Amino acid sequence: MYVAVKGGAEAIDNAHRLLAHERRGDPAVPEIAARQIDEQLALAVDRVMAEGSLYDRDLAALAIKQARGDLIEAIFLVRAYRTTLPRFGYAEPLDTGAMAIERRVSATYKDLPGGQILGPTFDYTHRLIDFALAAEASIEPPARASDSSAVDAPRVSGLLGDEGLIERNPPGHGDAEIGDLTREPLSFPADRDLRLQNLARGDEGFLLALGYSTQRGYGRNHPFVGEIRFGEVEVEFFAEDAGFAIPMGRIQVTECEMVNQFVGSAETPPQFTRGYGLVFGQSERKAMSMSLVDRALRAREFGEEAKAPAQDEEFVLSHSDNVQSTGFVEHLKLPHYVDFQSELELVRKLRAEHAESRAEDARSPDDGDMMREAAE
Amino acid sequence: MTTLHPGYNFAYLDEQTKRMIRRAILKAVAIPGYQVPFASREMPMPYGWGTGGVQVTAAILGEGDVLKVIDQGSDDTTNAVSIRKFFEKTAGVETTTETARATVIQTRHRIPETALQEGQTIVYQVPIPEPLRFLEPRETETRTMHGLEEYGLMHVKLYEDIATHGHIATTYAYPVKVNGRYLMDPSPTPKFDNPKMDMSPALQLFGAGREKRIYAIPPYTKVVSLDFEDHPFEVNKFDKPCALCAAEGVYLDEVILDDAGGRMFVCSDTDYCETRRAEGHRGEMLGEAPAFVSREPAE
Repeated sequence: MYVAVKGGAEAIDNAHRLLAHERRGDPAVPEIAARQIDEQLALAVDRVMAEGSLYDRDLAALAIKQARGDLIEAIFLVRAYRTTLPRFGYAEPLDTGAMAIERRVSATYKDLPGGQILGPTFDYTHRLIDFALAAEASIEPPARASDSSAVDAPRVSGLLGDEGLIERNPPGHGDAEIGDLTREPLSFPADRDLRLQNLARGDEGFLLALGYSTQRGYGRNHPFVGEIRFGEVEVEFFAEDAGFAIPMGRIQVTECEMVNQFVGSAETPPQFTRGYGLVFGQSERKAMSMSLVDRALRAREFGEEAKAPAQDEEFVLSHSDNVQSTGFVEHLKLPHYVDFQSELELVRKLRAEHAESRAEDARSPDDGDMMREAAE
Repeated sequence: MTTLHPGYNFAYLDEQTKRMIRRAILKAVAIPGYQVPFASREMPMPYGWGTGGVQVTAAILGEGDVLKVIDQGSDDTTNAVSIRKFFEKTAGVETTTETARATVIQTRHRIPETALQEGQTIVYQVPIPEPLRFLEPRETETRTMHGLEEYGLMHVKLYEDIATHGHIATTYAYPVKVNGRYLMDPSPTPKFDNPKMDMSPALQLFGAGREKRIYAIPPYTKVVSLDFEDHPFEVNKFDKPCALCAAEGVYLDEVILDDAGGRMFVCSDTDYCETRRAEGHRGEMLGEAPAFVSREPAE
């Protein structure tokens, strides 16, 4: 019975107790440890860190456990924790060119300096359920290159840039501070730094669908994967006291540089344009989608007609955040009976008037028709 | 008093964040009805469940405050309970269900029936702060419209309601004009409550967390519900008084009693209803109503 929403504190406590019970499941089955989630569901952990905007594997793994594997719920937990953390400042820009590469592929060149490195990927696997995994199977150790020295892989966009074939990345803001939409509310039009921040935190599924829509003609921008790379990069922080940047640690990121159809003008010769994606952990789907949408959102900058959803900055940036989306969609579960009561009352009133006018029409059909025409 | 949650500041938010929110509130009070953007934080409850109201309350709450939280007029609905517990846990302030005793009242969808007094603050939870949003989805456009005081679109909408239905078909979140300048969404309170906003001696603050906006109505500010000369604004009237406390001129909830069309109407404001019953007012169904309707509120 709906009046159960007037159940109060005890009902809530009991519901949460039941939730904890359900989370644990059958006690005869060993309890999963956060560490197991981190190690064996690593891509789920990556997603929670990326969209939770907090690089902390242990915390993300624990959040997944607490959320019973509901990743958006886990992302929400991480976000709510993140917001309480103090900010010390901005790290130095990451040098992804110096990445310790685990995977790197380019679709624009057959071979290139540094080579194509497949790394750990689902690509080219046959999607057949591996029943051997149901049992504890022994795993072959990975093949290792005989030369263990780090791969020196210059970025594809750099190679294109040397020839002037791709637009130059605009110079940084200099000393101007980078925008942060968690500290300042987003306003429109938004600069690219804020757009990229929004997309990096955005829902993978939402960006995937938007990116896909650009490929199907809703804001087509002729993309090529210039390069996708995944691996570890060093995070450095400029310490005022020391006077130089000190390393803080290493994080895994996936970077996608999309090379898109060219633009040119009377002043500048034709050149390719860029779409950019950068995501915590390993998520090519997200990084690629992000770079497609980033490029789509640059329509205005290139004087392109912007009428597809993916090109619509307000639409994309206002609806990309899954913590916001899920909160507002699910708030419909909350009681709305006060407002519903007003609607009920109005509908009843309108229905009564409707019935009255029908009855009148029946009495004098000609007049009724004329009245209705006049009203229309 | 409950033990406070270790590791968190008084009322959850850190002091820097509170200062940022207070600055937004001050600006909002200075420009009645104007939506002030603020850097809304992620809160440990979902967006759409009162994060804006919670942040405003957290920013204004002091140790001596007495807090009341209602949802649908009731202190006992699940989300009101949850938010009240949140502040008991993080701020340790005294809470109450009595409207007159509260210094801060956080609400969703209602304004208490007991008239608010000077010195009280009511904090509304707001889902969509932009009154023009469903007429114009773009923020860039609506901000311009507010800037130019260009509100013709809303009048056209209300006129079209009348042309189609014979009445203005907006029953809640009914648009108001504040201090003769800004068009404002009163949050999804039924329009029944709109007149209570006008010249209220209490400070009225509105927080929209997901949409990152705060706005305000300072005490004794003119709040006018939009209407037309030939279709003046009017509030809904109920045919019968409250079935439990016999109150008239209050907002009533319809409670379905069985599957044979049986229903009763009771005060939406549970504190008001209970106070009246304690004073000896008796509605026609008092004593025979099912326990879930007439029960005393849980602690």
